[in-house]
Amino acid sequence: MELSVVFSIVGGMVLINNFVLSRFLGLCPFLGVSKKMDSAFGMGMAVIFVITLSSAATWIMYYYFLRGDLGPVLKTACYILIIAALVQLIEMFMKKTMPALYQALGIYLPLITTNCTILGVAFLNTTDAPMATKATQESFFLAVLQGFSGGVGFALVLLLMAGIRERLETTAIPKPLQGIPIAFFCTGLMAFAFMGFIGLI
Amino acid sequence: MSATKEFTKGIWAENPVFVIMLGICPTLATTSNITNAFCMGLAVIFTLMACNAVISIVRRIIPGEIRIPCYIVIIASFVTIIDLCMHAFLPLAIYEALGIFIPLIVVNCIILGRAEAFAAKNNVWLSILDGLGMGIGFTLALCMLASVREFIGNGTLLNYQIISVFTSKANNPNAWVEPIGVFSQPAGAFLVIGGYLTLFQYLKIRRVQKEQAHTQKQS
Repeated sequence: MELSVVFSIVGGMVLINNFVLSRFLGLCPFLGVSKKMDSAFGMGMAVIFVITLSSAATWIMYYYFLRGDLGPVLKTACYILIIAALVQLIEMFMKKTMPALYQALGIYLPLITTNCTILGVAFLNTTDAPMATKATQESFFLAVLQGFSGGVGFALVLLLMAGIRERLETTAIPKPLQGIPIAFFCTGLMAFAFMGFIGLI
Repeated sequence: MSATKEFTKGIWAENPVFVIMLGICPTLATTSNITNAFCMGLAVIFTLMACNAVISIVRRIIPGEIRIPCYIVIIASFVTIIDLCMHAFLPLAIYEALGIFIPLIVVNCIILGRAEAFAAKNNVWLSILDGLGMGIGFTLALCMLASVREFIGNGTLLNYQIISVFTSKANNPNAWVEPIGVFSQPAGAFLVIGGYLTLFQYLKIRRVQKEQAHTQKQS
């Protein structure tokens, strides 16, 4: 394994092919939870945590069971069931052993099952589609790394957006733009800014 | 009459993209041109109708506590079917452009949302109509977004050159204005949907104001 592959995965997932700004994954939680800094931070951390574990679990499932003929037929159903079960397990485990963490992240966990970043990274790790890096199909470490850095990218943009929207609360905005429309315009401008990272790698 | 209402509400009054704001991710990702948007819309129409029908049939058998996992399994099966069909019958370029967004229909909030909000409470016939209406509304919204993005971003509609002078210099040396390429890229998608939502919010505010003026005049 070369260091350049690691670097291109991390840089690509956090900055260039950011989940929210360039792959359009996880937009619902992005718009829903970005009103306040605190909740954005909680959601971001919860996503990083779950996405790392779930990319490990789905990769193992893919590598040992779904590489044969069954793969195309069972992939979707298997992944979504693994993720749903995993989120449930994490929730129960956290409640029992880490009450403080559960207090902070608990309410975001059930929402994460339907967050498309989690299922999205499972597919990205194991797909042949041109938008994905093929290296993650063979290496457990790279697959988990891709999940983790995707989560970091999501959390980064969520926190940036929460900062912007907290400021927007106190500014005078024309009535037709208030709420979601102005949030979309801000996201669009942020996506323009992130396009500047394309030359990085 | 109520059957007609269930069918038409998804198309305009409760449009899944512009009014309920569900399923934004595939909406933005697949609308860089109309062909992709339409194929995505067809996939969603099929999944919505089939899932609504099946869930409505088994709604009395599934225990309330585990209904969500059951729904997800049903949805995942239909999405797998549509995924394999599209791989088999669509041109490979379109299938690859839609990419992971076909399997990701599973976590599209519209499908689970309609299953939970409508199919779990109504009979099969109404559920299918509701799914069809919502699906058509979704496809319509996708095509509205895609037509703006394809026209401004590429100067074409359905890959057909509309105005001969609105193209890149490479295609036509006499071109006057070049298309704004960024509109077919991710950043433009946010601006276009932001613009549409602003327009709809403006129309809504104006309607409310008119109604208020009307009632004041009457009293």
